[in-house]
Amino acid sequence: MLRLLQMVGRRSLVTVAGLGEFADFVSRALVAAPTARQLGKGFARAINEQGVRCLVVITIVALFAGLVLGLQGYYVLARFGSAGLLGTFVSLTLTRELAPVLASLMIVGQAGSAIAAEIGVNRNSEQIDALTTMGINPLAYLITPRLLAAVFVFPILTTAFAFVGIVGGYLSGSVLLGLDAGVYWSAARSSVDFGDIRECLLKALVFGLLTIAICCHSGFNTHRQIGASGSRAVGISTTRAVVLSSIATLASDYLITSFLV
Amino acid sequence: MIDSKLSPILTVKELQKQFGGHVVLSDVNLIVQRGSIVSVLGRSGTGKSVFLKCLAGLLEPDGGEIRFDSGGTNTSRLRCSYLFQANALFDSLTAFENVALPLEQTTRFGTSEIERAVAAALRTLGLEKFAEYYPAQLSGGMQKRLALARALVTRPALVLFDEPTAGLDPPARHSVFSMIIRYKEEYDFTALVVTHDVSEALIFSDRVALLEKGRIYFEGNPADFAASDDSVVRSFGDNAITDSASRDW
Repeated sequence: MLRLLQMVGRRSLVTVAGLGEFADFVSRALVAAPTARQLGKGFARAINEQGVRCLVVITIVALFAGLVLGLQGYYVLARFGSAGLLGTFVSLTLTRELAPVLASLMIVGQAGSAIAAEIGVNRNSEQIDALTTMGINPLAYLITPRLLAAVFVFPILTTAFAFVGIVGGYLSGSVLLGLDAGVYWSAARSSVDFGDIRECLLKALVFGLLTIAICCHSGFNTHRQIGASGSRAVGISTTRAVVLSSIATLASDYLITSFLV
Repeated sequence: MIDSKLSPILTVKELQKQFGGHVVLSDVNLIVQRGSIVSVLGRSGTGKSVFLKCLAGLLEPDGGEIRFDSGGTNTSRLRCSYLFQANALFDSLTAFENVALPLEQTTRFGTSEIERAVAAALRTLGLEKFAEYYPAQLSGGMQKRLALARALVTRPALVLFDEPTAGLDPPARHSVFSMIIRYKEEYDFTALVVTHDVSEALIFSDRVALLEKGRIYFEGNPADFAASDDSVVRSFGDNAITDSASRDW
């Protein structure tokens, strides 16, 4: 029993220390922003990395998510004679929940994993040490632009996700199943209010900062992987980044929703 | 070889470093004169790279003092460059971008000034035709030269070389040291070379230091090293001395 308590205590201390170290990492990267040289160049590269490259996958996933929502929603609502509420169902579901969560998971899968792997390779091949010896702050050069880009990219891609998803719902509900288009769009437009949009954008912002910070932190600390080094450590860092980011997305989604609902 | 009137650019006093109770550096003392080439020799695992990383600020020493010519201690590494064993070039940047990086990030130079400085550095090291190549598209020797171009473009006063000849064949090893000599004159820097390549170090260095059991066991000029009767020095240098004797050093 005592051993169990000791183990739990030790693990708890390690977890708290890890969280503290993560918070320190993120704050140092953000504080470095005013002194970062050529921040615009790094920011543009990060926008391309997280935004432009993810646009296609976001569009495809959003379209299919909307199509499925329209299909399922239509048959469920039709059972209760409320097929006319399909627009409300699709738009609210997407705006409040699915768009921020799915967009975040997609960006993590596409860009977050690449960020963790790239920074992991930077670490393994001593490129981060090289920055330090050149007098360049590695956090300002590698991390700050990516965190700042996430603040812009996640809300924009989430908005795009919601819009394409609502169009998907229209395609399955109205074009394929015959619901009147006017009824669909009218319900979709009138049901989403300012509070829903605020919740959507707030979630996107939090998910963006949190997940990209986790991916950067995981890659940056590739050399600290216990029991692995080299390419295996990069692989573990990348997997860890995606898993932790996904959990963080869903956990913070629950917390934000419970505070805002 | 060295003008004794020149002031030291680097003074290391009683430097200590250990990892989890394993003492790597116990009491390292070394003075590097400005404009000289000093080679730190030692067997694998004697802490040569740890010593260099302490100097470069990549590792925090547990004790002792590192004093640069600026007068600052430990954290002050004014105009000091580091050439990594595996070059540490940014593989996603071109040769031009790699060399431009320290200028873009640490100076107030304009774009045209940076372009001029980078072009000059690449030209000096014979890489002007490869400016748009990525490091992976260059040979090992060219990558080494590119790393040197990046290290020299900021005009450092002191360049730290970590095993610059590791993994190279004898002619390539010789050319790396020749390169250090040549560019030292051109760029006017002091070189501290960590290596286990005794024969080349004895040919090209002004001073050699032997790191053994966490301290500088021997420090002197190459001729003294070669003539030493000390069993540790001899056991370390015998093969290399025999090898290099045939080249009339």
